[in-house]
Amino acid sequence: MSIVVNGITKIFGTQTAVNNVSFSAKPGEIVGFLGPNGAGKSTTMKMLCCYLEPSSGTAEVEGFDILKNPLEVRKNIGYLPEQNPLYDDMYVREYLGFVAGLHKIKNPEKRIDEVIHTTGLEKEQHKIIGTLSKGYKQRVGLAQAIIHDPKVLILDEPTSGLDMNQLVGIRQLIREMGKEKTVIFSSHIMQEIQALCHRVLIINDGVLIADDSIADLQARVSGQTKVVVVFADDKFSKDPFLNVPGVISALKEGSRLTILGKDAIDIKPGVFKAAVDAGLTIVEMKSELMNMESIFRQLTQNQEI
Amino acid sequence: MISIFYKEIHSFLSSLIGYVVIAVFLVSVGIFMWIFSDTSVLDYRFATLDQLFSIGPLVFLFLIPAITMRSFAEEKNKGTIEFLFTKPLKITDILLGKYLANVALVLFSLLPTLVYYYSVYQLGAPKGNLDTGAIVGSYIGLFFLGAGFVALGMFASVLTDNQIIAFISGAFMCFFFHWAFTYLSRLPVFAAKYDLFVQKLGINYHYTSISKGVIDSRDILYFLSLIFIFLWLTYLQLEKKK
Repeated sequence: MSIVVNGITKIFGTQTAVNNVSFSAKPGEIVGFLGPNGAGKSTTMKMLCCYLEPSSGTAEVEGFDILKNPLEVRKNIGYLPEQNPLYDDMYVREYLGFVAGLHKIKNPEKRIDEVIHTTGLEKEQHKIIGTLSKGYKQRVGLAQAIIHDPKVLILDEPTSGLDMNQLVGIRQLIREMGKEKTVIFSSHIMQEIQALCHRVLIINDGVLIADDSIADLQARVSGQTKVVVVFADDKFSKDPFLNVPGVISALKEGSRLTILGKDAIDIKPGVFKAAVDAGLTIVEMKSELMNMESIFRQLTQNQEI
Repeated sequence: MISIFYKEIHSFLSSLIGYVVIAVFLVSVGIFMWIFSDTSVLDYRFATLDQLFSIGPLVFLFLIPAITMRSFAEEKNKGTIEFLFTKPLKITDILLGKYLANVALVLFSLLPTLVYYYSVYQLGAPKGNLDTGAIVGSYIGLFFLGAGFVALGMFASVLTDNQIIAFISGAFMCFFFHWAFTYLSRLPVFAAKYDLFVQKLGINYHYTSISKGVIDSRDILYFLSLIFIFLWLTYLQLEKKK
């Protein structure tokens, strides 16, 4: 195990940002960190990088305790903070040279060329960081995180603010890194987590509410399907549909009715029949499988889908 | 530490800060020494560098807080402090790297004034008729004063993430430590019993003492303690941030 987190808690004043979170991750694993804003994702990551000290509990990175051996921990971690702070007045190459110096990398020029190539910064390497676009700044941030070839990569929302092409590039890079390193990254984009991660950690209000593989998480709500029915007008009641066998819940929004059922094939004819019995005209009807997005909403808000 | 030192020096030289600081120091000291007739060495009839050493602290009072205000306030404001604190660096590496870079800039601004020494040396009648001992002492005094101001200014910078506040509070602290104790010592409360002690707390007393050309270990120790105490307070502040 390259990351072992043991009941860490962080309290800011009266607010508990992270509450008794435990998990572990091993090399070759890409772990997605999911949660609404302010859930404690960044705080947890900052504690792992020894930027914040936990109020209680502890964690180990590559066998080094974050409290007793912070320097060793930092040597083994490549960290990309959420705001991606960079020295705007430095040149890209100069900045990477500075970071290489901080890590005491031997033969820095060769390694800088390598990371510039990996992150696709060849054309931008002689520009001033402040003049780069957000996507390229993000690449510079990623380049400084991987320059010392760390065993653990912690990326706080690495893909925020990137365009589609850049997204694909950075995801490819994360996937590449994830083959031998331990990667933890947070994201708001569910499809991304679904496409990249082996495992998902869902955190809400500082509490870890799910730690599962994508497949297991989907199995939790599998069998559940969503049927969306659009009627000609909004003068109807949802009650007859609740009596259809297999229906768990129904939500009326204007002329739209979203029905959650145990199995799509079973409930669709029943819903159709109930509509005919009530004398309603169906304009549109479609069923959807539960995706990560709905799982996430269900887990973090307990809301009806 | 060395990486931080180089980075800081490089940022002084790649932006205008370094050149402006050196130029402003030399110009302001230069006009008092050579141009303004009230203070000009040419009209003074004595071959001395007194003007340099009396104007120098005043110029440093404004310039040094302007150099040091960036040190931590800017890093905090931009969030780059998080970058530094998640790299394999000890707090002392960051602190001393920045401190030495700032002191180096002070030294760079002092070095060109050796030309003034050479000029006055040549202009003396007879040639070379000036108190070299006192001048060497004064240079050492001015350097230590600058190094002390840097420590005060960096402490002011670590307390805030706003550079303007860091500058103003830094300048005030330098003013307070340099002059205020001299004036405080004249208050009736301290009269006779404690006035010398209060005076000795200030930089001015020790600066004047070194300037006479007598390098007393107590004065050097005063400056070293002042620097150490404020660097240590800065260190505690950085550590507390966690």
